Amino acid sequence: MSIRFIYPEFEVVRNENRCIACRVCERQCANEVHSYNEDKKVMISDETKCVNCQRCVSLCPTRALKIVKSDCTLRENANWQNDTIKEIYKQAGSGGVLLSSMGNPKPLPVYWDKILINASQVTNPPIDPLREPMETRVFLGKKNGKIERDENGNLKCDLPPQLELSMPVMFSAMSYGSISYNAHASLARAATELGILYNTGEGGLHEDFYVYGPNTIVQVASGRFGVHEDYLSAGAAIEIKMGQGAKPGIGGHLPGAKIVGDVSKTRMIPEGSDAISPAPHHDIYSIEDLRQLVFSLKEATEYKKPVIVKVAAVHNIAAIASGIARSGADIIAIDGFRGGTGAAPTRIRDNVGIPIELALASVDQRLRDEGIRNNVSLVVGGSIRSASDVIKAIALGADACYVATAALLALGCHLCRTCQSGKCNWGIATQRPDLVKRLNPDLGSERLVNLMTAWRHEIMELMGGMGINSIEALKGNRLMLRGVGLNEKELEILGISHAGE
Amino acid sequence: MKREGEVRIPSGCAIAAVISKDGNRMSGQKIYECMKPMHDRSNGLGGGFAGYGIYPEYKDLYAFHMFFDDRDTRKNCELFLKERFEIVKSEIIPTRKIPSITNEPDIWRYFVTPLKSMMEKMQVDEKEFVARSVMKINTYMKGAYVFSSGKNMGAFKAVGFPEDVGVFYRLEEYEGYSWTAHGRYPTNTPGWWGGAHPFTLLDYSIVHNGEISSYDANRRFIEMFGYKCNLQTDTEVITYIMDYLIRVKGLTLKEAAGVIAAPFWSTIESKEDPAERERLTYLRTMFPSLLVTGPFSIVLGFDGGLMALNDRLKLRSMVVGEKDDKVYIASEEAAIRSMEPDAENIWAPTGGEPVIIKVKEGAY
Repeated sequence: MSIRFIYPEFEVVRNENRCIACRVCERQCANEVHSYNEDKKVMISDETKCVNCQRCVSLCPTRALKIVKSDCTLRENANWQNDTIKEIYKQAGSGGVLLSSMGNPKPLPVYWDKILINASQVTNPPIDPLREPMETRVFLGKKNGKIERDENGNLKCDLPPQLELSMPVMFSAMSYGSISYNAHASLARAATELGILYNTGEGGLHEDFYVYGPNTIVQVASGRFGVHEDYLSAGAAIEIKMGQGAKPGIGGHLPGAKIVGDVSKTRMIPEGSDAISPAPHHDIYSIEDLRQLVFSLKEATEYKKPVIVKVAAVHNIAAIASGIARSGADIIAIDGFRGGTGAAPTRIRDNVGIPIELALASVDQRLRDEGIRNNVSLVVGGSIRSASDVIKAIALGADACYVATAALLALGCHLCRTCQSGKCNWGIATQRPDLVKRLNPDLGSERLVNLMTAWRHEIMELMGGMGINSIEALKGNRLMLRGVGLNEKELEILGISHAGE
Repeated sequence: MKREGEVRIPSGCAIAAVISKDGNRMSGQKIYECMKPMHDRSNGLGGGFAGYGIYPEYKDLYAFHMFFDDRDTRKNCELFLKERFEIVKSEIIPTRKIPSITNEPDIWRYFVTPLKSMMEKMQVDEKEFVARSVMKINTYMKGAYVFSSGKNMGAFKAVGFPEDVGVFYRLEEYEGYSWTAHGRYPTNTPGWWGGAHPFTLLDYSIVHNGEISSYDANRRFIEMFGYKCNLQTDTEVITYIMDYLIRVKGLTLKEAAGVIAAPFWSTIESKEDPAERERLTYLRTMFPSLLVTGPFSIVLGFDGGLMALNDRLKLRSMVVGEKDDKVYIASEEAAIRSMEPDAENIWAPTGGEPVIIKVKEGAY
């Protein structure tokens, strides 16, 4: 074998007693791992191509297949671990930047898992959501607190533009191009049925999806792909994407191979051309420039739509958020370092940015210290995995959460983390028509609705346990949280006490 | 063991109140005696009262009721007061030595008026100036505590059973057009006098029974506007919320009730009157962080009136009764019967429904 050879990460284990050589695995694998040997009348595998997406395992009618981690490893070394060495081999061979997909997989602290939730005992009653009303509705937008009355002394009920959500969760930005038409259709339909919102990402809005406008957030990113007047007016809100948790400080690159057909039309760029989003917006080099874009977009939409500014969670996030809160933005979205991506340089994904829990806690506190928390709503993403993560985020101070990875999992994603290849066997992160059609939007949207309905039930159960019957009474209610196994500094930043205190 | 304020202490309670709509003044004796049938709702770790119309001779002056840990603290605090106020009268609040009330701090009262020059310097109106001064003492002056700061009203509170606290403060010697009362059942406290109810700011006083589950959401929001929750009690935060909504934001009592005990969305949507629907939606959307959840019954006292309010699920008992010009409110009917055996129209307001009683204009 050559110096370039890296032993495959996974092994395909085929139980020959069960295999009936039906060749489903062969047809299902876009990576071409499986093939049929006509001479021997058996299925064979090329494991070098396997990404462990579990598509073949899931569809094998006789459960003859499993994918296991290879036990052929290099000599153990705590400093020079397997992945590190293999990455060096790859770079020595290619001279290139390593690419990865989805969120940071490194064993860095997940603070959600070190935070516990309160419940009522004796001194006040828990509330049973099956018997009592339990409210999860939230409004996102400025709450300026201005009280004005007409000549008869009646309240003037004019509010700055608000987004109404049936529960404090939204589907976060994933562009058409990075994910498929059917994935977008599933998200849009589910958001509409659930009374929440999904987000176009920076790829524009396919003309078929304008009908879901009231449940759509349209994004304006540094490449300005697909941005035009009708697009801005189509959604319920406009999001300016300044950064992304998986790759703070850099832009995006959708390869020309994915800019085909409707993707090219929707992005308003020629077929086959690479869609490169610059790292900065070239009209925003400072906070005062951001203010101008916020107001340009508000002017363009007659001040009827809230403007969201999305930033990655970076070291100085509290000061940045404070600047954004004074920029005219209605909502700040913060994306933590574990957030997903369709493709990012591995080094950036794994080493840049900070955990969303800490970013959220410090931003919420800073905005309160400055008395401007009411100027904006806070939406957080970057690995919200469950209803309890949502509850913890709200109690730390978020108004709502963005979820994307969880939504993709509901659509069939198995987190193989090779979206950048464009060969998603589950029909999500691909533009190949034969693969896209594997994702049925009817089923996809149903599964998304199921997932969110389940979360909403769980949110209500957790709230009821705390004796809280409306989600707004949980927002920023940090007394409902306790840390376990966290040091003083971590507790101080999170603004919570240790369990037992 | 940590003192109240350093740690949050939940408690259950008894409340009672009486008001004369004609502004007839009543001695404080009935209000403390009415707490006797509700004895078991307190545990001897806090009782208190607020009386309105009790200082007619000083009705244009702010009456500061204060606790001091020692003489030095008092002297120091008096210096602070002199820099900001003209002190028209200062005296020890008269009390009675009784075996059931011990370890009392130094209890003083000051009738003061703010110095115009200071208000102009800070560019604030009189009430805001007084509120900020109170906040400053309670936050930064260790060992000094303002527990009452309104005009022609005063709070009286202590560690003990409420009926004993009334005797201790000689409340039968005061006459007011309205009174509120509180007996406390804290779950774990060494007992600090400041932690008892009522909690007051300016002429607002609150007695409260319950443990609100929204506490920290409410606290962290209201602290943005210059309030400081030094005691970490529900009552304190509710007092500040009411002051903020009514005095600072200019909401009516009913509107403020629509914020803190906002109707459920389903109730709002079922309202026939579109203007009502719009108003309730507006208030709930504008002030979501001031929604108070969890069980509570409160009586808010203010200049010229009372407002009683339950949480929207009515998780705490509270009844209202009437007789002639008087309206009675209490956790239990027994307390009302103690004040007025022939009380009529006894009813239990539903959750979230404010009961507002005002004294006739000019009668107080």
